[in-house]
Amino acid sequence: MKFLDLLQEAYSAISMNKVRSGLTILGIIVGISSVVAMISIGQGTQREIQARIEGIGSNLIVVLPGFQIGPGSQVRSSRGSAQTLTLKDADAIQKQVPYIKAVAPEVLVRYQVTTKGANTNTLVVGITPSYSVVRNIKVEIGSFISSRHLRNLSKVAVLGPTTRDDLFGENVNPIGRKIRINKISFTVIGVTQPKGGTGFINQDDRIFIPLTTAQHFLIGDDYLTTINIQVQEPEYVASVQQYITDLLLARHNILDFQTADFFVMSQSDILKTATSITSTLTVFLAAVAGISLIVGGIGIMNMMLTTVTERTREIGLRKAIGAKNREIALQFLTEAVMLTLIGGIIGIVLGWLGSLLITKFTGISTKISMFSVLLAFGVSAAIGIGFGYYPAKRAASLNPIEALRYE
Amino acid sequence: MIQLQNVSKIYKNGTVETKALNNISLSIKEGEFVAIMGPSGSGKSTLMHILGCLDTPTEGKYFLDNQDVSRLSSDELADIRKNKIGFVFQSFNLLPRTTVLRNVMLPLIYAGVPREEREERARRALIDAGLEESCFNHLSNQLSGGQMQRVAIARALVNNPSLILADEPTGNLDTKTSERVLETFQKLNIKQRKTIVLVTHERYIAEYANRIVHIIDGSIVEDNQNHQQRFINNSQKESLTL
Repeated sequence: MKFLDLLQEAYSAISMNKVRSGLTILGIIVGISSVVAMISIGQGTQREIQARIEGIGSNLIVVLPGFQIGPGSQVRSSRGSAQTLTLKDADAIQKQVPYIKAVAPEVLVRYQVTTKGANTNTLVVGITPSYSVVRNIKVEIGSFISSRHLRNLSKVAVLGPTTRDDLFGENVNPIGRKIRINKISFTVIGVTQPKGGTGFINQDDRIFIPLTTAQHFLIGDDYLTTINIQVQEPEYVASVQQYITDLLLARHNILDFQTADFFVMSQSDILKTATSITSTLTVFLAAVAGISLIVGGIGIMNMMLTTVTERTREIGLRKAIGAKNREIALQFLTEAVMLTLIGGIIGIVLGWLGSLLITKFTGISTKISMFSVLLAFGVSAAIGIGFGYYPAKRAASLNPIEALRYE
Repeated sequence: MIQLQNVSKIYKNGTVETKALNNISLSIKEGEFVAIMGPSGSGKSTLMHILGCLDTPTEGKYFLDNQDVSRLSSDELADIRKNKIGFVFQSFNLLPRTTVLRNVMLPLIYAGVPREEREERARRALIDAGLEESCFNHLSNQLSGGQMQRVAIARALVNNPSLILADEPTGNLDTKTSERVLETFQKLNIKQRKTIVLVTHERYIAEYANRIVHIIDGSIVEDNQNHQQRFINNSQKESLTL
């Protein structure tokens, strides 16, 4: 029996009972389209987070303080809480580590910030001018923190667009206006460009002030929250990471890397962590949708079993005119696979449309990849074979004499 | 062409053994039109199943075209059925809601006949079976009983088998259409020298054959090769034998 004949026989059998075939296909459509839509949400989120992390800057390495461990205690508090990094460490990195483009130390504190008639709670970031290069920040109006501000301990502030909206209202030019951070008055000298809307960390809700001002007037010590380092070329990132580790271990008089009081992370490390989280999310979403696919598969099996019973005489006849068991099995298997593939193709299209609608109405970013389409296609074929196998085998094993007599 | 040597068929149902065929020997030559006649339960259906390679004998040997087919596997039997045997059933067994032509072309699909040849061969078989050409594209369920049986005969003919087996082919038809179907068998037998084995329980039907094998309780009780063959009418007899 030729392949084309097999397809034609299967097609005419399926179209013989259009309502039943249609309902069975519908089960597969629901399953496949929800799998496709769910994977698109997972992958869209992954892509967005990736873009966000890459948007922080390029060839970036960050140094964070280690765990804080109390004297005589084994209890660790959260990462980055220790006070181990200083401006001198940042200077040493700048001077001694090769292939570095810029070093930007920062301190990060959360404060209540007020203006006349409005207030907000936001992150105040003490920075140096190189921060704008390393973290890829551009000023929309006004100017950024300069080295003169740093030397003079100027009480000036550059606002993120969200903070500007919160304090002064949307699209207001706040240059020259006063804000109070921890009861100390600062003059607004600029507003940064937006870095991107939603997400779990809003990078636009920030206030930038000179690092020296922050340390002197607000915090009162010399420690840093982060040292940001931009490497010249991506291929140097790994070796620079090693240089910095060695340098800081030496500076902090630590012999064993395991007990280091700081972390050196590259952008790709952060990316890896984020990717593993979003991959888990994708798998979880797909698994939930996969359950409906299994239900669809059971529908296929149910229909095929009914069909085999209904067409017992036909099977008997086909055997009488010379069809081999294998040919009978193949015919019913082809019918099952054809049903699931039709369902699969429609499901892929609907899932794709569905993901577009999800993006349009909820703003969740989605992405249909070739991978998810091929996966959906493969899974629907596999379901056809998996759930069609038993009914096909049953059809093939019928005794032709009894099948011909079947009423 | 057909040789059965001491064929027995025993069915086992738990501990109960039923002997459906008891030591049957029979030979049928090419071009014969044989009626196997007997009451229900006589074993004539079992005999037909063995002749049609749907079943194998428990004991004895069956030679079809000098080939021993009594101990073949189910796939090998399927090949024999495909190439050498055409079946006509009492209840026609046409594919429902399928055109006449597609029904007749069905055996050609399994025989691997090229697509271009199939329709031509199906048309020829349908003309030989005596179906009007206007019906060729009708759906099988739009036909009358007589027409359906003609389609079934065409389907049995289309592979050019050496043996046509008809199991109570007139059982679901009225007398008038029965006669026309039997006439068709006679034509095929006389004009195309087809070997036909017809299974029936009615002597009246059996008399259209040129040899009657009478079977009771699994044994042949009579094998009459010289009886007066019945024809629909004498003018037809002349037109057939000419």
